[in-house]
Amino acid sequence: MRTDQLIAALVADRTASAPFVRRLMLSLLAGGLVSLGLFWLTLRPRPDLEPALETWRFDFKIALMMLTVLLAFGFCRDVASPIVRPHPARRLLLSAAAIAAAIAAELILVPQASWGTRLVGSNSLICMSAIPFFSLAPLAAVLLILRSGAPASPMLAGAAAGVLAAACGATLYAFHCFDDSPLFVATWYTLAALPVVAIGAWAGHRLLRW
Amino acid sequence: MSSPKDLSALMRAARAGDGEAYRQLLGEVAIWLRGVVRRGLVRAAMGVEDSEDIVQETLLAMHLKRDSWDDSQPLEPWLRAIAHHKLVDQLRRRGFREHLDIDDHAETLAAPDKGDEGSSVDARQMLSTLPERQRLIVGAISIEGHSARDVGQQLGMSEGAVRVALHRALKLLAVAYRREPS
Repeated sequence: MRTDQLIAALVADRTASAPFVRRLMLSLLAGGLVSLGLFWLTLRPRPDLEPALETWRFDFKIALMMLTVLLAFGFCRDVASPIVRPHPARRLLLSAAAIAAAIAAELILVPQASWGTRLVGSNSLICMSAIPFFSLAPLAAVLLILRSGAPASPMLAGAAAGVLAAACGATLYAFHCFDDSPLFVATWYTLAALPVVAIGAWAGHRLLRW
Repeated sequence: MSSPKDLSALMRAARAGDGEAYRQLLGEVAIWLRGVVRRGLVRAAMGVEDSEDIVQETLLAMHLKRDSWDDSQPLEPWLRAIAHHKLVDQLRRRGFREHLDIDDHAETLAAPDKGDEGSSVDARQMLSTLPERQRLIVGAISIEGHSARDVGQQLGMSEGAVRVALHRALKLLAVAYRREPS
C-alpha cells in the first residue's frame, strides 16, 4: 500500500468520538457507580454520619478526598497527551499542603499522649484493603479511556490513572471510616493508594503503549 | 508545499466532516514526516530503505489518536509529539538508545522538503495481515479508490457497516505495524 493510498483509507474513516475529557468523565462516573454499589453492599457509610458531618476532621477528610479526585483528573488528562508537560503531578502538592496544614492543626489541638492512638487508629487494616478494592472499577474505567489517548509515557499515564482511581476509592471509603484524624488519613490512605498506583503503572506500561 | 498552510484550521475542518481538508492535511503531514523520519534514521546511523513504513505507521497513529488533540491548541506541537514518539519507538526497536531531537532541522512543519518522492514507494504489504473481508474493504477504498458506499454495494453491506469494518481494520493495521519488526 502506498502512502497516498493509506491516506485515502484514513480519509474514508470518519469515526469520531466525543471529546477526551468528556469520555474520561463519563467512564470514571460509571466506574465510580460500580464502586458505590459495592460500597453499599459491603461497608456502607458509618451509622453516625450526621453527627460526624458536624466535625471539622470528618468534613476535612471528605473535602480533601474530593479535591484529590479533581486534581488527579487533571493529572490524567495531561499525561494522556503526547506532548510532555513539565511536572504534571505537581498539582497534587495542593492536597499534600492541605493535609500538612491539617496535621499541624491536629498536633496543636491534641495532647501529645494521644498522637500515637490517633495515628494508628482502629481501622487501618480495613482501610488498606477497602481503598484498593473500591479503586478497581474506576481504575479499569480510566485505563479504558486512556487507551484511546496518546500518552507520551504509558507508565506515567497508568500511574496517574492509579492516583485518580485510588482517590475515588478513598472518597467512598472515607464515608465509612471512623478514623478522622489527619494523622491517620495522611498515613493509611496514602499507604493504601500505593498498590493502586503501582498496579496502574504496571497496567499502563502493558496496555497504554501505542 | 509552496505556501505554509494553517494545519490547525485544516484539522478543525476535518473534524467538522470536511474530507478534502483532511486529505490535504494528511498529504502535507506525510511530506513533512518523510523528511523528519529520514533525518532521524540518518542521525541514528541507520538505513532509510524502510522509512516509508515509519511514515505510514505515524500517519495511522495520528489518525487513530486525533481525538487527543485539544483543538484550542495549535496542531503542530501535537503532530511533532506524535512523530517523535513513533520515531523514538522505531529507533529503540532497532537498538538505538541515545537521545534524539527531531525538531532542530525543521522549525516549521511547512518547511519545504525534497518534494513528494516516496509517496509512490510501496511500503510493506501490511494489508496481508488483515482478515479477508477487512483486507478487501481497505484495498477497495485505498488502492482502487472506491467510496464506502460503493464498496458496501459490492459486498452487500451497508455503508455504515463498511465504515465500522474499515475503522477496525485501521486499528489492526496500527497494531501490525507495531508488532512486526521492520
